Amino acid sequence: MKKRRIRLIVMEIIGLALGILYLVPFYVVVTNSLKSKRNILVDTIGLPETLGFENYPRAMEKMDFLKSLSNSLIITVLSLLLLILFSSMSSWVLVRTKTKISNAILLLFVAAMMIPFQSVMLPLVNLFGVDKLNLVNTRMGIIIMYIGFGSSMSVFLYHGFMKTIPLDLELAASIDGCNPVQTFVYIVLPLIKPISVTVAILNGIWIWNDFLLPSLVLQDKAIRTIPLAAQYFFGAFSKDWHLAMAGLNLAIIPIIIFYIFAQKYIIKGVISGAIK
Amino acid sequence: MDRNRGKIMNKKMKKHVLFWSFLTPTLAAFFLVVIIPFFVGIYYSFTDWNGIPGKAISWIGSSNYSKIFSDEQVIKSFWVTIKYSLLAMLLINVIGFSLALLVTQKFRTANLLRTIFFMPNLIGGLILGYVWRFVFIKIVPIIFNTDMNMLAKSSTAIMSLAIVSTWQMGGYIMIIYIAAIQGIPQELLEAAKIDGANAWQRTKAIIFPLVAPAFTVSLFLTLSRSFMMYDVNVSLTNGDPARSTELIAMEIITKSFKESNFGEGQAQAVLFFVIIAIISIIQVYLSKKRELEM
Repeated sequence: MKKRRIRLIVMEIIGLALGILYLVPFYVVVTNSLKSKRNILVDTIGLPETLGFENYPRAMEKMDFLKSLSNSLIITVLSLLLLILFSSMSSWVLVRTKTKISNAILLLFVAAMMIPFQSVMLPLVNLFGVDKLNLVNTRMGIIIMYIGFGSSMSVFLYHGFMKTIPLDLELAASIDGCNPVQTFVYIVLPLIKPISVTVAILNGIWIWNDFLLPSLVLQDKAIRTIPLAAQYFFGAFSKDWHLAMAGLNLAIIPIIIFYIFAQKYIIKGVISGAIK
Repeated sequence: MDRNRGKIMNKKMKKHVLFWSFLTPTLAAFFLVVIIPFFVGIYYSFTDWNGIPGKAISWIGSSNYSKIFSDEQVIKSFWVTIKYSLLAMLLINVIGFSLALLVTQKFRTANLLRTIFFMPNLIGGLILGYVWRFVFIKIVPIIFNTDMNMLAKSSTAIMSLAIVSTWQMGGYIMIIYIAAIQGIPQELLEAAKIDGANAWQRTKAIIFPLVAPAFTVSLFLTLSRSFMMYDVNVSLTNGDPARSTELIAMEIITKSFKESNFGEGQAQAVLFFVIIAIISIIQVYLSKKRELEM
């Protein structure tokens, strides 16, 4: 018994040491974001000389932080809401209709998961471009793209989950006089909440952090997202590490806040997404 | 009887309308964004398309494809991608599995540690790459008391990419392994303990074989993710030094936009799809086979 206790304590110490090691990059960004340009040069590892937050307002201004934060929020939230609604609707009729067509459509969604973004990127930007659909540089354009790219995995996850829920409840609802739309809204949507959380989390992390797609279709400064804004500090001529560190911190803080509040759901969501 | 038939027809029609109206929004976006560009892209890969609007596109056969195999930079990128992917796959899984073994022990801070190890996964690759750029350029030389910048030499730059990926994805893979480890029946471990098996013997004889399906999934997941990696590549090394750390995903972008050679970039992208598809199919096949064995 005693031996086991000692082993556990050793394990815990190793774990904590690793945990601290894992946090070093965060420590580096936070402390250096509070230093002056000179202070970073002479002492990169230590704590800041004085507790100064003056880098933050300047970094916020340079990356137009509030604007890019609100763009990221609008794009992520709208994409997720529509993605959840549309892909759950589609999966529901695919599960409840057992025909060759519904099988083929499901297969198409699943097969498309193998297509890397690079393979469709050039024709996509071309199709959404000025002389065609004219949706480049619009929030609506990128939201449609996220719905399209997110639908494969979402339909797959919803389909797998819906297969396991009993038909009886829906039948009872229709006997009670619900039309299909009402049945879907009042019966199905509440039942699939767990998988909706998973779909929202997996797609949310991806959409929020996505860089390549926005860099191709959001050239307009007014609608750029946080990753695009963060890129500003690392352009050809900026070597202002103190501002860059504040900028990176600004980009990281919203995610950490979200993580603290939604931790339980995030871990659960990732587990159920990973096992599929 | 006629009335009855009418009713049935009506019901069938209604079902049909419901089916298609519930599918249309998703299908429309999906076709517009994925399916149509995919097939148009295959067509473009056989043309001299250069992305200039209004310019006529003409069919040039397979010459874009044959150019790929004689393009030194492409071949270099391909090898570097393989090297990086194998290294990242190995590191991520070793670290991920070790972390999982560690945090499934029953000590008080295990849950806190899980939270910490998973955290980098939520931060975008671009941001992470920039953070680590600072660490590699400014912090590492001080800690190890050296002038060497790991990002300046191609072999160490590849290593740096793998380290950052491990920091980013290790926690994700850890979660998969935790789920697998927790799925092991406790009685088995207890019985082994009673029979006198030590910790290493239990890990080897019980934990390893029972988490094997998770290994298959994780290995291929990390492999395909590494193969497609782009954002960390851009922010950490940006392909430097001398384009020696430019992975395939980034090479396609350079070829298309910087060299304005859309046709050739697209041909690379199509081949890229073929490679990813092969990896994915093997993954699905292996995990299905595992499922049957279980």
